[in-house]
Amino acid sequence: MSTSPKNTQSFNEHYNFAYLDEQTKRMIRRAILKGIAIPGYQVPFASREMPMPYGWGTGGVQLTAAVIGDKDILKVIDQGSDDTTNAVALRDFFKQTTGVSTTTSTKEATLIQTRHRIPEAPLNGDQVLIYQVPIPEPLRFLEPRETETRKMHALEEYGLMHVKLYEDIAHFGHISTTYAYPVMVNSRYVMDPSPIPKFDNPKMHQMPALQLFGAGREKRIYAIPPYTDVVSLDFEDHPFTPQEFSEPCALCAAENVYLDEVILDDKGSRMFVCSDSDYCEGRRAQGHKGHMAADPVHSNELSEA
Amino acid sequence: MTVSTLLKTAPKAGFENPVLEAQAVFRALMNAQAKPGTLQSLADIKLSPPAPLNKAATAIILCLCDYDTPIWLDDKLANSPEVASYIRFHCNAPITQHRHEAAFAFISEPEKLATLEGFAIGTGEYPDRSTTVVLCQKSLNHAQSVQLQGPGIQTSQSFAPSCVPAFFWRQIQENHQFYPLGIDVLFAADEQIAALPRSTKVIIEEQ
Repeated sequence: MSTSPKNTQSFNEHYNFAYLDEQTKRMIRRAILKGIAIPGYQVPFASREMPMPYGWGTGGVQLTAAVIGDKDILKVIDQGSDDTTNAVALRDFFKQTTGVSTTTSTKEATLIQTRHRIPEAPLNGDQVLIYQVPIPEPLRFLEPRETETRKMHALEEYGLMHVKLYEDIAHFGHISTTYAYPVMVNSRYVMDPSPIPKFDNPKMHQMPALQLFGAGREKRIYAIPPYTDVVSLDFEDHPFTPQEFSEPCALCAAENVYLDEVILDDKGSRMFVCSDSDYCEGRRAQGHKGHMAADPVHSNELSEA
Repeated sequence: MTVSTLLKTAPKAGFENPVLEAQAVFRALMNAQAKPGTLQSLADIKLSPPAPLNKAATAIILCLCDYDTPIWLDDKLANSPEVASYIRFHCNAPITQHRHEAAFAFISEPEKLATLEGFAIGTGEYPDRSTTVVLCQKSLNHAQSVQLQGPGIQTSQSFAPSCVPAFFWRQIQENHQFYPLGIDVLFAADEQIAALPRSTKVIIEEQ
């Protein structure tokens, strides 16, 4: 099929724009519209085989391919970082098949495909956040049969999930789930927010941006429209609490952000740095400096010596 | 049959650029669905719609319909051979007489519609197996407006489609009571579209 993109640079013309054929895009687009109309409900779709293995974000890739246009600016992150394998590979995939501009800046992007993080900078109403989801069914580890979990969602029968969280409290004194922490969307469906840290859960509540979720292997699409209630499940006497970190980022001194632990040697020394690489770089560019950040003046003196 | 008679009876052209224009229409639809009651522009799309369909409704057909989506048409559209041949040629979508079978329903004269009942509202296990009803509109800036609340709306959104039947808002309120089951409604004015998904609560202002 011939295309004459206006704002895009050259791209691989051996494939249709954004790789997928038009019938597949229509099928995915219909599923997205249903997903937005029923926030948190998992819409089945005819997931296609993609040129990367299951587990590499085929669900998110199919969503992005169905949504992306020639005027979009794409950002792809993998656990917050723009330059890890998954992010680089998928960004290059869309560069090759669409020719759209890509960015690492959260502010500039119109589409953000993410694996397991929500960016630290707040998103606006013109942006779309697309999550890669491995297992979309929050009840799957409690009830393996799809026929049963469907019935449980239909009847709003979520007692089993509360029992699971209660058993955590009975065993450990607190809810031990730290990622893929289940949420209640629009007071109706319990939803798996994909394996984002529970630190990110509060950002989903009343977010101005549209959130789309795609699970390629499990063939499900779901969505949270902007300004929708997303409540992490908890108990009155054991309220939901996001992770807290005892020290700021070692490179940019940011507090109240999600930090990755980096092991430095085999003697047990470590550092904590922002998981969101764009946020950390932005802060360092503004002059914020953590206690382990390289000192440019000092390192210049060293190299001259 | 001569070439000239063939050209006369041939269906009108679809999108000039089927890939990027279908994407642009979809983004407008996605934004409309995600922000119920807001008006999304289709001004950049060039189309010659088959009468009596308007441009936005035609764009929705080209963007979303294919052999997987049975279409229900109201009397005026069903009696138009031009519309039938356009849908058959561009989408190959089956046209159904039964409301409950339809994935999409296109209604060119909403004022003459007897009821919204009979369309598929999905099942408890599969609420997505429902009909999306497309109402052709003259304008979406009518004087009399309703207030919308729900997912996609920060506080409240006023919405004023010009052509809706008398029973419409009452039946839409009933439709919301069935949530998560129910129909979704798209409003297609010539250059603009808007959406009213089943998740939206409609508040009718007292006069």
